[in-house]
Parts: sequence; structure tokens; C-alpha cells
Amino acid sequence: MRIDLGIISSYIKTNQDVLDLGCGDGALLSLLRDQKNINGVGLENDHEKITECIEKNIAVVEHDLNKGLQQFDSNSYDVVIMTLAIQAMQRPDHVLDEMLRIGNECIVTFPNFGHWRARLHLMFYGKMPVSDLLPYQWYDTPNIHFCTVKDFENLCAEKNISIIHKDMVYENNNTSFLCRTYPNLFSETAIYHLTRN
Amino acid sequence: MAEFPQGSVGLVQPQTQHFDTPLLLANGRVLPEYQIVYETYGQLNTDKSNAVLICHALSGDHHAAGFYDGEEAQPGWWNNYIGPGKAINTDDFFVISINNLGGCNGSTGPLTVNKETGKPWGANFPTLRVRDWVESQRHLADLLGIECWAAIVGGSLGGMQAMRWAIEYPERVGHCIAIASALKLTAQNIAFNETARQAIMADPEFFGGNYNERGTIPRHGLAVARMIGHITYLSGDGMGEKFGRELRSGSFSLGCNDPLEFEIESYLRYQGAKFSTQFDANTYILMTRALDYFDLAREYQDNAVDAFSRATCKFLVISFTTDWRFSPKRSKEIVQALLHAKKSVSYAEIESSYGHDAFLVPNMRYNAVFSSFMKNITVDIERCNSSLQGEH
Repeated sequence: MRIDLGIISSYIKTNQDVLDLGCGDGALLSLLRDQKNINGVGLENDHEKITECIEKNIAVVEHDLNKGLQQFDSNSYDVVIMTLAIQAMQRPDHVLDEMLRIGNECIVTFPNFGHWRARLHLMFYGKMPVSDLLPYQWYDTPNIHFCTVKDFENLCAEKNISIIHKDMVYENNNTSFLCRTYPNLFSETAIYHLTRN
Repeated sequence: MAEFPQGSVGLVQPQTQHFDTPLLLANGRVLPEYQIVYETYGQLNTDKSNAVLICHALSGDHHAAGFYDGEEAQPGWWNNYIGPGKAINTDDFFVISINNLGGCNGSTGPLTVNKETGKPWGANFPTLRVRDWVESQRHLADLLGIECWAAIVGGSLGGMQAMRWAIEYPERVGHCIAIASALKLTAQNIAFNETARQAIMADPEFFGGNYNERGTIPRHGLAVARMIGHITYLSGDGMGEKFGRELRSGSFSLGCNDPLEFEIESYLRYQGAKFSTQFDANTYILMTRALDYFDLAREYQDNAVDAFSRATCKFLVISFTTDWRFSPKRSKEIVQALLHAKKSVSYAEIESSYGHDAFLVPNMRYNAVFSSFMKNITVDIERCNSSLQGEH
């Protein structure tokens, strides 16, 4: 099991209403259904992934997230989740606002651009990092708004968003000493559980 | 013995069920007795939990899949999606397809003789609403011992029936699939229907709807009504691709005075003429009115969320990109209301150039979404069965 999904599941309470923005193939929602008996629905734009969700018996609605979420009522979900997609949004700050309008809480995960390999790549090669995790060239990447763990926490502070939990993952592992001590340098994926209350 | 294509349910035969119990209609009138013609495909399992109801659209009927004896060409109208190994897999499901009340293919309708007068009902046949069809379908389900449909499936007007079932009889619907449908028609949509009706009524052979007594058929009016409908079921691009400005006959060469006919004219005329001898004009009027009158939320303070909050089934909603008669926007309204009501809903918007007709046409992605959803219903049924057995 992907460790980030397990961590997200640990933030979720039983029977919660969950909206997963960019739910992909439904792996997270089916895990949450099995572990936490949630009432979940995902939004997804990729045709093949939509079919994969339906195959998994996961409720999925075809929707382009960049067209906004104004059709959702305020406080209509317990938790709104977005995994590894906020960096691909046109306005991540607006998305964050919307997630905390629709949900009482939200969970956001993103690839940490402050990871040492990304830093070294830029420093030594003078080129935008391309890695297994981020296999795109600068011109074709869907990831148009990269940020580091520090950047993200600054944004939360500006917006008065409080952090309920955060976890950093490095090589499918969140127990590493380095990752806990120097998250902005050693974590590949950052996981934040947030609220406005 | 005729050879049937692979994935076909093969030879099928309609059945007739007569009902003596009067049916109270939504408009207050009563049908003292009636009959329903239907077809079934596949086998009903022992606990009767694998039944799927197919609801037809405006001009559909009970012949949804398979072939009739002695007829070579045309299989049922949804043969692409009903059959062994198909989206509605008859190896798993017992499928029932009903000719709606008011229809003209065997179920009681305007062509039926009204026993009180000894004449065909004609224009005096009661106006029906979608909920009347649901009622009559429910009586058939009772008779067949089907307490809960594994799924109710319909496109267009059929989707409206499926949704009506889901909110009026929540405990009797496991899954609801509404394809290319809407919570209610738009003004533009009603306008098309009224234009079609006026074409029929303006036909001198219509005689106020009592053409059967006069031994005539408003053939021309019905053909025009069908042509209007047909235009709105296709997309502009699809029509352009298929017909363009090709000429069927004649030429634009200078000096040439032969009569000119575009391919699209010939096609529409052929479709209209064919339909006008196969379908009943009063049924066409009745069906289009039922479409116009449908408003899922009318009895729920005009609030679709309130209406859907009664439902307990899982929903699948599908729309098609070039469908402008029942556009993706209409399907999204259904989805939004369901999400607000916190119901389980999946939605896919399928790329197709076939307009509203796309729900009948083979399409890979449509088939993948539809099949995957149906397959999970069999899993739900099995789970339900094993938990029931566990209780005993």
C-alpha cells in the first residue's frame, strides 16, 4: 500500500463524508471505504481513470477541476481531499479556499519541490528537475505551480489556516529521521491536514 | 434455424399481461382495465434479485433486444447494449422491457378499443404522466414477484421513468441509470414537441384524433413530426458528416432544370414516411406530452435535492457531448442535485458525434462505463444474497 494513502486514512474518522478532488483511479476512496466506511465521491477528468473508479465501485463524477467548484454548497462535506494535484491547478490558493469552504477540513498532498534532489538538479545541471516522481519536461508538465514545504506553510499562515496534522514521506517511508528533522530538504511528498476553525 | 450474431439474445417473443384492477391516473381519470406487452431476456434467479427494467424513450417499445421469428433485418432498439456479454449482460440479469401504457405496439393505448364505447380510444385516451407508467410497471413487477429491481435503466424519456421510480419507490430500486435525460424539459425542448404535435393535428386526415373511425391515418403530419424529431436527435456536425450538401438527384449545372434533391431531404422523408406507417399519431402526441409534463421535483416543492433525498439506490448518469436535445448541462443538473442530496452518483460525459441518438449507438467509452457499472451490480447482488443466507 502507498504510505501516503495510509497516512491520509489515519486522518479520517469513520463514516465521514469525503470529496476527493482529482481522485484518479479511486485507490484512496476505496481504501477509505474499506478502512473507514466513508461516504465518498471523487471528481476526475481522465476518461480511463473514471472507468477504473467505476470498476472499483467508487462513485466518480466527470469534472474539470479548473472549471471551479462553485456548484458545491459550503460545509457540505466533512473532508475534502486533493492528492498530488494542487500543483497542477491554475490557482492553488483559490483551490485551498474552496476546499475549506466546501469541507470542514481538508487534506492536501503535494510533491515537495524543496527536496534535496530537486535542489541539486537545479544547482548542478542548471535545468528544471526531471525525476521518476516528476517525469515531465518544463514545457509539457501539468505541474504549473510547484512549491516547497516552506512555501506551503507560509500560504497557510497568510490565510489563517491551521494545520491539524502533517506528515512527510520519503521513499515510501515516513519514519526517517532526516525527513522529520529537515522536512523541506528530505521529504518527497508532503501531507497536510488543515482546517479554518 | 436462423443464425444469430454473437452477443445476441437470439429469438424473442413478446408476452402480454392483462390487469383487471383499475389504474388511477395522475390526472384523476381511471383506466378500468389495461394490458402490458413486454419481453424478457435472461433468467430470473431464485430469489428474484437480478431483474433489470428497461424503460423506453418516445418512440421505443418492448422490443429492446434480439430478433423476431421470420424477420431478417432489425434487432431490438437497444440490441447494442443488451445481450450475453454486453453492458446489460443477460448471462447475469433478467431483463424486462415493457411497452409503455399509451403505446401503439400492444400495450393498452389510443388504438385499443374502449369497451365502454366499443370504439378505439383515439384522442379520448387519457393523458399520461411518467408516474402513471411507473405505476403500471410496478403492478407488473408485483405480479412477477420482483420486490426490488437490481437496476432500472433508461435513455431520454426512459431515464425520467428510472428516476421517478427511484424517488417514488426507493425500497424497490437498487440502481438507477439515467442516460441522456433531464430533470425536466426546457422551453426549447417543449417547443420542438409542440411543433411536431401541430404538424400532426394540421393533417386533414387527423380528424381531431379520431382518424381510426374514419379509416384514415394522418400520415403526412406524423412524417413531418418525425422529421422534426429526427433533426433534433442528430448533431449538426454529425448530420454534416453524414450528408453534407450531397445531392440525391439533379444537378446545379447551368442549363440543367432537373428537380433537385439533397441527400438529407431524401433521408428525412424516408425516415418520416417509414415512421408514419409504423407508429400511431395519438401515441406520439401522448408520449411527447408526457415528456413535456415531466418535472421530477414538482411534487417536492420544486426542489430536486428534496426529491432525490428520498432515493436509496446508486445512480449512474451519462450524457453525450453533441446531444443538444438533452444536453450534458441537463445531466449535470441531475448529478448536482444527487450530490447535494448525498446520494451515490457516477457521471460520465461521452464524446460522440451522434447527438441525442448516441445512447443507442455503439461507443467504446460509453460501453466501458455502462458495463463496469452493471458488473458491480452483480457483485452487490451476490453480496446481498450471501448476507441474506448468513441470516438464516
